[in-house]
Amino acid sequence: MENNNQAPLVELKEISIAFGGVHAVDKASCELYPGEVVGLLGHNGAGKSTLIKILSGAYTRDSGQIFIDGKEATINNPRHAKDFGIETIYQTLALADNVDAAANLYLGREILTRWGTLDDAAMEAETRKVMNRLNPNFTRFKDPVKQLSGGQRQSVAIARAIHFNARILIMDEPTAALGPAETEQVGQLIKQLKQDGIGIFLISHDIHDVFDLADRVVVMKNGAVVGSAHTTDVTKDEVLGMIILGKCPPGATPGPGAAQA
Amino acid sequence: MSDTPQDVKESAFVRFLRATEVDTRLLGMIGALMLIWLGFHFYGYFVNGYGAFLTPRNLWNLSVQTSSIAVMATGMVLVIVTRHIDLSVGSLLGFSAMIMGVMQVWILPKYLGLGHPAIWPITVLVGIAFGTMIGAFQGFLIAYLNIPAFIVTLGGLLIWRGASYLVARGETIAPVDPTFALIGGGPYGTIGATGSWILGIVVCLGILFLLYSGRQQRKRFNFPTRPLWAEYLLGGVGTAVVLGAVMVMNAYPWPKGIVKKYAAANNIEVPEGGLFISHGFAIPILVAIAVGIAMTFLATRTRFGRYVFAIGGNPEAAELAGINTKKMTMMIFALMGALTGIAAVIASARLKSATLALGQFDELYVIAAAVIGGTSFAGGIGTIYGAILGALVMQSLQSGMVLIGFDASIQQMVVGGVLVVAVFLDNLYRRNSV
Ligand SMILES: Nc1ncnc2c1ncn2[C@@H]1O[C@H](COP(=O)(O)OP(=O)(O)OP(=O)(O)O)[C@@H](O)[C@H]1O
Ligand SMILES: [Mg+2]
Repeated sequence: MENNNQAPLVELKEISIAFGGVHAVDKASCELYPGEVVGLLGHNGAGKSTLIKILSGAYTRDSGQIFIDGKEATINNPRHAKDFGIETIYQTLALADNVDAAANLYLGREILTRWGTLDDAAMEAETRKVMNRLNPNFTRFKDPVKQLSGGQRQSVAIARAIHFNARILIMDEPTAALGPAETEQVGQLIKQLKQDGIGIFLISHDIHDVFDLADRVVVMKNGAVVGSAHTTDVTKDEVLGMIILGKCPPGATPGPGAAQA
Repeated sequence: MSDTPQDVKESAFVRFLRATEVDTRLLGMIGALMLIWLGFHFYGYFVNGYGAFLTPRNLWNLSVQTSSIAVMATGMVLVIVTRHIDLSVGSLLGFSAMIMGVMQVWILPKYLGLGHPAIWPITVLVGIAFGTMIGAFQGFLIAYLNIPAFIVTLGGLLIWRGASYLVARGETIAPVDPTFALIGGGPYGTIGATGSWILGIVVCLGILFLLYSGRQQRKRFNFPTRPLWAEYLLGGVGTAVVLGAVMVMNAYPWPKGIVKKYAAANNIEVPEGGLFISHGFAIPILVAIAVGIAMTFLATRTRFGRYVFAIGGNPEAAELAGINTKKMTMMIFALMGALTGIAAVIASARLKSATLALGQFDELYVIAAAVIGGTSFAGGIGTIYGAILGALVMQSLQSGMVLIGFDASIQQMVVGGVLVVAVFLDNLYRRNSV
């Protein structure tokens, strides 16, 4: 899918961050090309969320570089990331609990009337359209999102990430709370976004889903990258071996976290 | 302050609430207010032989006394909604008042001459700017240096009280500029009967316009609208309350001495039975109403307000959504400071002086007003109109106790108790309502 002559959309180079003594991410590198879905895999606590939070500006890295379109990018807070067209669905969803779906969808990017006041009606109307596409059963537009179910909240978080023409989409376990129909819907959505040339980081523990949707996988273990591989070059069992044992199969490119044989 | 569990069963009542979109908390607060008013009135009537509470005179005074607390309470809502607290408002009010006193009594007359017309506007601007700066400074410490608001403003409570003592060298500064004093009310600091009627009618038209445009807006996007009878009812009750307030304010006449002086100065013949000159709305109430409207607009119709509530609901999510939460925090405290400056204008103008004790314990009244008005310490929830009503409840309690002759010591105990009970009732209400 990607084309190696082209500069990657995103390149993360030797990113490290530690919390106290814990090296949550240790010299992790990976890249993402336009129209590519990269599955980020690893055991619980491997450092996946932390790595993508550095890209989304939620955390500031201790060392390493981020390149967007081949140019070094300064991303020190979520506003910087959004300026680069990076949208994120966080594992924790990160919704403002006490306001409704429309307010969440447009948080930080509100539609204003010509008087400079909030145009709540317009925002709600737009939100109804987006949610209709994503989750037609969603009807609770007036309630604070605190009162919604886990899946409904997740739908709101997904809607927010895709609504603003992202170039780079980060999805941290986007379907963890969704039912089968809604999960299928998100799968379709990912394929469509890919067609539009958007680069997607997809974090998931469902290896079947990842093989279904991703072009490449990057596996992390204890904060370091075990290796990366095209999904066509490795088997699911080999990837499981990477996740659990840190063993890099022949079809994969080893990273600094690969177990020494 | 809270609804009763029976409400759930009365489906007609529930349907009424749904149709009018009036929340039970508002009804509860109005109920509590009525209870306090009637309670004090009839206590006075039966025990002292004279019910003094529900008289135009007392209600007029009550409205003036509520103004300064109400102005600050609107800001405290935003502070508490974002999970902070401001304990320094009473001392900051005293300090701003002192600075304004020094400005208009010691400094400006020296350069402009006594009674110069520019004295009062300069003084007011300096006072508000001063409050804003101190508020912003405290907000800076809280937002950027991560010192908890409780500590910063507890420090402020002591520091600004001490500072006003230093500035005034322990003296009371008086008398203030006569035009400045009008902002505090008093017979001349009112808009009279005609002015009050005009204002009342304008406000009524405003209410009707808001109801109408709200309905049009919902229709435009095909959202459900209230039934027509509910719209008429809301419009009817709203205008009746406003016009009733006008009538009460106008029913309180100027005292005889003032009328005589005024008549003499304007060559008016005072007729046999005396001359009835109405007070009408006092200027401080107009200031409080204007602040209330502006703050409601800010809280509900602007980005700033939306961010305040989003931060209160989930600070981390707000930050991840790209909101500059540190800057917002600083601005909220700056706004609190500005409102404290406005309250200082009202309070010192009303006293016609800046005293050392001005604003003492006000932080408690302001916080109590916000909490009684439904602002939750858990963050993310609160309304401006609730806080203004809360201020009215607190001030009604206070004035009522003075009227029927309670000791200052008992007054303090009651206010303290009410604050604790209000938070308890608030918890009950939330548990039952969601
Ligand atoms: N804010 C934080 N403070 C301290 N430690 C943290 C913080 N965030 C993450 N960590 C630690 O960093 C490591 C990596 O966490 P991370 O959330 O990135 O894991 P993950 O790969 O996303 O796991 P999961 O699959 O469970 O979501 C963990 O050991 C975690 O305890
Ligand atoms: Mg994670």
